[in-house]
Amino acid sequence: MSLALDAESLRHAYAGVTALRGVSVSVRPGELLAVVGESGSGKTTLLRAFNRMVEPQSGTVRIGGENVRGIAPEQLRRRIGYVPQLGGLLPHWTVRRNVALVPRLIKAASPDAAAREALALVGLPAEQYGDRFPHELSGGQRQRVALARALAARQEVVLLDEPFGALDAISRSEVHDAFASIRRELRFTAILVTHDLSEAARLADSIAVMRDGLIEQVGSAHRLREQPATPYVAALLARAMAAGAALVTA
Amino acid sequence: MSVARVVCAWRAGRAGRATLAALAFATGAAVPALSELAAQDSRDRARDAPPVVVASKPFGESYLLAEMFAQLLESAGLAVTRRPGLGATEIAFTALRTDAIDVYPEYTGTGLVAVLRDSVTEAMRRDPRLAFDRVSREFPARFGVRWLPPLGFQNGYAIAVRRETAERLQLRTLSDVARRGRDLRAGFTSDFIGRGDGFAGLASAYGLAFKSVRPLAPAVKYEALATASVDIIDGYSTDGLLAKFDLVALDDDLHFFPPYEAAALVSPRLSRERPDAIAALARLSGRLTEADVREWNRRVEVVREPVATVARDALASLALAAPGATDLDGPVAEGTRGGAGFAEFFWARRLETLRLAGEHSVLVLVALAAAILLAVPLGVVLARVPGIAEGVMQVLGVLQTIPSIALLAFMIPLLGIGARPALVALWLYALLPIVRATYTGVHHADPDAVGAAEALGTTAWQRLWWVQVPLAAPVVLAGVRTAAVITVGAATLAAFIGAGGLGEPIVTGLGLADTRLVLSGAIPAALLAVIVDLALAGVERVVGPAHRRARRPQSAD
Repeated sequence: MSLALDAESLRHAYAGVTALRGVSVSVRPGELLAVVGESGSGKTTLLRAFNRMVEPQSGTVRIGGENVRGIAPEQLRRRIGYVPQLGGLLPHWTVRRNVALVPRLIKAASPDAAAREALALVGLPAEQYGDRFPHELSGGQRQRVALARALAARQEVVLLDEPFGALDAISRSEVHDAFASIRRELRFTAILVTHDLSEAARLADSIAVMRDGLIEQVGSAHRLREQPATPYVAALLARAMAAGAALVTA
Repeated sequence: MSVARVVCAWRAGRAGRATLAALAFATGAAVPALSELAAQDSRDRARDAPPVVVASKPFGESYLLAEMFAQLLESAGLAVTRRPGLGATEIAFTALRTDAIDVYPEYTGTGLVAVLRDSVTEAMRRDPRLAFDRVSREFPARFGVRWLPPLGFQNGYAIAVRRETAERLQLRTLSDVARRGRDLRAGFTSDFIGRGDGFAGLASAYGLAFKSVRPLAPAVKYEALATASVDIIDGYSTDGLLAKFDLVALDDDLHFFPPYEAAALVSPRLSRERPDAIAALARLSGRLTEADVREWNRRVEVVREPVATVARDALASLALAAPGATDLDGPVAEGTRGGAGFAEFFWARRLETLRLAGEHSVLVLVALAAAILLAVPLGVVLARVPGIAEGVMQVLGVLQTIPSIALLAFMIPLLGIGARPALVALWLYALLPIVRATYTGVHHADPDAVGAAEALGTTAWQRLWWVQVPLAAPVVLAGVRTAAVITVGAATLAAFIGAGGLGEPIVTGLGLADTRLVLSGAIPAALLAVIVDLALAGVERVVGPAHRRARRPQSAD
C-alpha cells in the first residue's frame, strides 16, 4: 500500500529569489519520480515542500489526497522517509540507534527489531554493523544506513535528495542495484532529486525536468528522448546521450 | 572561606544591633533607666565588639605601619582582623569609606592629590601642616572618613640615582639633574609617569629632560637601577631599599612634591562607634621619626625580617607595647629571612603555600561552577534565539575588557572586600568563554545531522538534547577549560581585595620587591593552571562522546 503525492501550483521565493514559479506534479502510489535539473532550478525546494521543510507561499501539497497543511509537521515527517546527500546520520549514535530513530519517535513496539529488519533489507546485517558508528563505515555503507533509517518505520513515502551524488562510481552503481531491489520488495512512493540523468533513467518510473522554478516536461526517459517538449529538454537529453555514447565507445 | 564568614557574621551582628538600638530608641523616651543602659552598653561594647579590621596597601612601609596599628590595638585588648596588601589607593580607600575595613596608613599628599584631586598650593609645599589641615577638614565632610593626627614623619617621593652616578655628575638636588643629567635613562612607576603631580609636573617645574623614560613595576625598579638598566628612578624617602642598593635620594630643592605626612585613616564606623580603638591608635601620633621608620623599613625590605617582629620591636622601643605580647602572623611571617636559597625558602613555606593553593582552588572552583551553571543554559538559549545572541555576547565581551583590578574595585561598595566580591568578579570573567563556546557548539552542530533529524520528525527539544547538545559537548568543555585557566590567573589578582589565595605572596612580594616571595605564589599558580587544564582534558576524554573514543578500522564495502 502506498500513497499518491500531488503538488499543485506551488510558488515560493527565498528572500526575493524565486525558487518555484507555479509547479504542479503528481506521483502515483508506488511510483518513483525523478526530478532533474541544474543547481538553483528549484528541485530541492519542490522536494522539501512534501515534508513541510519548506512551506510554499502558495499552492497545495497533498499526500494520499490529504493536504499536508492539515498535518502537524513532526507527524507528517515521521510518515515520510528522508535521505539527504551526505546521509545526515547522527555521528554520536551507533548505526542501530540511527536506524531505530523514527520507530522510536512513533513509539513502535520494538525499535531495535525494526532497525534490524531495515538493516537486513539494505544488506548490512545488524549483528555485524549495528554497533558501529557512522565514521567507521564507507560512504556507500553510510548511504545504505541512511536508506535503512528512511524505511525502518515502514514509511510509505520516501524523499531522496541526491542520495548517491557524493559516492564514487563503483559504490554508486552498487547502491543503485541495492536500491532497485529494495523498491521491488517495498512499493513505496518516492521522489528522487538528482543531477544525474542516467541515474534518473535507471531508477525512476518517470522524470520531471526542472528549469528556473518551472517543470519543462514530465515523462518516461524514452518519451523525453523521443518527444522533448522544449529545446532545453532536447539539449539536456542530447548531452546525456553523448556522454553515454562516449562511455560506451571508450 | 572563613574570612568571608567572619565578615558576614559581624555584618549581621551590626545590623542586629542597629535594630535593637532603634527599638530601644523608639521606646526609650519612657524608660528612665536608658542612660544606665547606655553606660552598660559601652562597657559591653569592647568585649562584644566586632574585630577592628586593619588593612594596608601593598608596599613595605604600609605593611609595617598597619602591623603596628594592629599590635597596638591588640595590646589594648581589642580584637583585630588583618587585611594586608589591599590593591592600591582606590581599593583601600573605597574599602575604608564603605566600612569594609576600619583603618589603614595613608599619606596626606596622596589624600590631597589622588582622592580629593586637589592641587597642592605653594604654602602647603612649605608647610606640611596646611596639607594635613586641608585633608582632615575635607575627608570627614565628604566621606565620613577621619584622619588621626600625623604619625610624625614624611614619606615623600624621592628621585634617586646610583651613588656612582651622583658622584660622577655631582648630583645633589633635582636642579643639578636638570643641569647635568640629560643623558640619564629614567625608569619610573607608571603611576608616577601618569600623575599630574608626578613626572609631567616635575619635568616642567625643573625643566628636566632625560634620554629615555621607561615605565617600570615597583618590584623591578630597584633591580633595574642597580644593574644599570636605567639611571634614575622614583622612590620613597623612607624606603629601606634606598639603603639596600646604596642609592642617593636627590633633594627636591624647589619643593615640587606635596608633603606626604603619614597618618592613620579611619573608617566612618570606627570613628563613630569605637572611641576605644581611636584612643589606642592615637597613641602612635607624633611618635615616629623619619630615621626610625627608614631603619624599620630596612629591616623589613632588606634584612627581610618578619613584619610582625619589626613592628613589635618598634612599638617596644616607643614603650607602647609589652614585648612578646602579640602573635607573629604577619604577611611575611615564615621563612623570609634574607640569605636562604629559593628552594630552602620555598620548602619553609610549603604549608602556607598549600593553604593558599587550597584557598585559590576554592575561589576558582566556586566561580567556575557558578559560571557553568549560568553560561551553559544561556549559551543553549542563545543558540535557539540567535537574534539576540550577538548582543548578549557583546555585553559579556565588554565585561571582559574591564581591567580585573577595576572590576574588583567596583565590587567593593557592593560587596565589601574578601572572597565574595572576588568570586563575583571571577564569575563574570568566566562567563564569556563558556557562553560563546556553548552557543557556537550548539549553533554549528553538524548541520547535516541536525537537518536530517528535523526532516525525520524530531521535535526541536529532541534535536536539542539528542543531537545538538551532545555534539556541542566537546566545544563546551573546551570553553570551560579556557575559562578555568583564565580564572586561575585572574584569581591571583583577588589578593588585592583581600580574598587570599596564591596572589597573596605575589602582591606582598611585589610590594616588598621580594622576588622569592613573588615566585612562591606565581609558580604554584602556574602549576595550578596546568593541573586544572590537564584535569579538564582528562574529563574531556572520559565523558567525551563515544564516537570520538571508538577507533575501529574501516571495513570495505
